[in-house]
Amino acid sequence: MQRTTMDLWVGLFVILGIGALLILSLKVGNLNTYSAGQSYQLIGHFENIGGLKIRAPVKSSGVVVGRVVNIQFSLETYDAVVTLSIDSRYIFPKDTFASILTAGLLGEQYIGLAAGGDEIMLKDGDKLMKTNSAMVLEELIGRFLFDKASESNDF
Amino acid sequence: MPKRIISIIQGIGHRAIEGTWQVGLASRFFILVLLKSTTSLRRFGLVMRELYFVGVLSLIIILVSGLFVGMVLGLQGYETLQKFGSETAVGTLVALSLVRELGPVVAALLFASRAGSAITAEIGLMKATEQLAAMGMMAVDPVARVVAPRFWAGVISMPFLAAMFSVMGVFGGYLVTVVFIGVDEGSFWSQMQSNVDFRQDIMNGFIKSCFFGVAVTTIAVFEGYDAKPTAEGVSIATTRTVVTSALVILGLDFILTAFMFRGIS
Amino acid sequence: MNSEALIEISDLNFSYGARPILKGINMTMHRGKVIAIMGGSGSGKTTLLRLISGSVTPSAGYVKFDHQMVHQLNRNALFKLRRKMGMLFQFGALFTDLSVFDNVAFQMREHTNLPETMIRDLVLMKLQAVGLRGAHQMMPTELSGGMARRVALARSIALDPALIMYDEPFTGLDPISLSIIGSLIRRLTDALGMTSIIVTHDVQESLKIVDYVYFIADGVIAAEGTPQEVSQSVAPFVHQFVHGEEEGPVPFHYPADAYGMDLNLESRLA
Repeated sequence: MQRTTMDLWVGLFVILGIGALLILSLKVGNLNTYSAGQSYQLIGHFENIGGLKIRAPVKSSGVVVGRVVNIQFSLETYDAVVTLSIDSRYIFPKDTFASILTAGLLGEQYIGLAAGGDEIMLKDGDKLMKTNSAMVLEELIGRFLFDKASESNDF
Repeated sequence: MPKRIISIIQGIGHRAIEGTWQVGLASRFFILVLLKSTTSLRRFGLVMRELYFVGVLSLIIILVSGLFVGMVLGLQGYETLQKFGSETAVGTLVALSLVRELGPVVAALLFASRAGSAITAEIGLMKATEQLAAMGMMAVDPVARVVAPRFWAGVISMPFLAAMFSVMGVFGGYLVTVVFIGVDEGSFWSQMQSNVDFRQDIMNGFIKSCFFGVAVTTIAVFEGYDAKPTAEGVSIATTRTVVTSALVILGLDFILTAFMFRGIS
Repeated sequence: MNSEALIEISDLNFSYGARPILKGINMTMHRGKVIAIMGGSGSGKTTLLRLISGSVTPSAGYVKFDHQMVHQLNRNALFKLRRKMGMLFQFGALFTDLSVFDNVAFQMREHTNLPETMIRDLVLMKLQAVGLRGAHQMMPTELSGGMARRVALARSIALDPALIMYDEPFTGLDPISLSIIGSLIRRLTDALGMTSIIVTHDVQESLKIVDYVYFIADGVIAAEGTPQEVSQSVAPFVHQFVHGEEEGPVPFHYPADAYGMDLNLESRLA
């Protein structure tokens, strides 16, 4: 085997390997929607997060603007503390409303941000003041039944 | 009768001691190879040559197997998913199975039987024909000159081969479900892309294949270097490389998976 | 023997576990000489070579090579010392993945920074010395046994060592190749002024070319002398060995219990 042909094959091999990794990252994975650039973190307190998981998307008007990076339970306020990592291209007003929503009836849960009208913008480490808990199916059904029951009592 | 039971227990004990020794010796050899890697890193031509034998010559089996594994995954996944009316999720199924598990694991198993056994046989034969001893007599360290380049070639090739396996698999799945069966192409890719995460899935699969590469090549070079210098010894060592590699890959995969995917969906 | 001693071996002992292989060996080897070490199979001849090259450590005694105590050197110094040694293995031990040219060039490329053109000239010179310059592009698998050993010889003289050790250089060769190797050993030793140690049991061929012979039996030097002394020797062991006789001080039977005991004859009689 000539030295040069061997080098050629090894070169092709390495290019193919790197190409495969790139295809995996860009075509199969979501690296292109994942801005490798800067991000900042926001904190939100939720009474109930339902089935929200780490890495769940944060969307505003349906556009992914960030991800959930941490979920903890606070012993001071006895509620869930959710840390969001938001792409620094997107900044939101101080009175932005964060709610935990469900994609479809049984789909994955995500955080929806509805921008407010405040002049002051949220900065890294700020707390979201207005939050809305997840809708838990059992509670919904429970409330529905309770309402029905109280309705029928009226008669 | 008690005598037989005692001898069975003795047999187990003997094998346990033997196995522990082997693990210890292999680990020590691994450290030794790392310490003596400066030559191969300085003279990268040595590694290049081995990259050809270890990587390029494994390409065919990896690419063809990847294609077929992906096609089967696509077919089976479609059969099951269409019962629930979610056949567009077949892209996600194929990609996640390949990137997280099948890519690294099956590629490593194939790599062990194709390249690992070849490395063991080559080093074992060099030992049997006194080539390693001759090298030592010429004041050239065989571990640095023969073992380390093969080790690094294996470690470098493995992640590349695993990635190529996964890409071929995804392509195979695409071929079967989109081209032949007629699943909507747009939802195939978009479902896949929204569910396969770069860091959680692709990076973890990549890290797995790096671990497997180190494990398989360490076993291969150790078995070769440790082989009895006879024709029979070399053949035993080659078999042991394939069997031990397979067990180590599967065991290591479980441990790595437990660490990587714990606590997330 | 008036020339300077290259190797001094003094009271050398070596054992594998509890089994002694060599017991109190004393030897002196001078520059420019061809020395044969003979003895039956398993008498510890190859072990002696491994002791000289520092591959194994003796249990007592010392080996002095070129004024240096071989077994007191650290790894780097030992590797430096080994550059002055060459070794020809039983079947050549050529690197099967390298061509004949690259085999001979191996040490030059590993140990020197010579430019490639000079390496080429040197390699062709060494191959010319063993008569195989025309085969420099061949792979070791294409060579016959005798040619492979000549290439290996060219490889071991690549860096002009002070000592070459030959482990059974005559095994498995046809008569022509055998005498070619024999005369090459003699010629190269004289031309390069080095020392050659031949471990062999080919008595007739080696007596033709060597200057001095040691016989090893049961781990000790049973006899020594020049070829003339040896072939005229009346010592029973030497006579048996040199003339290849079946009966003599070396027994046909490996030591064992009484034959009758092993066949259970005694116990049956009892």
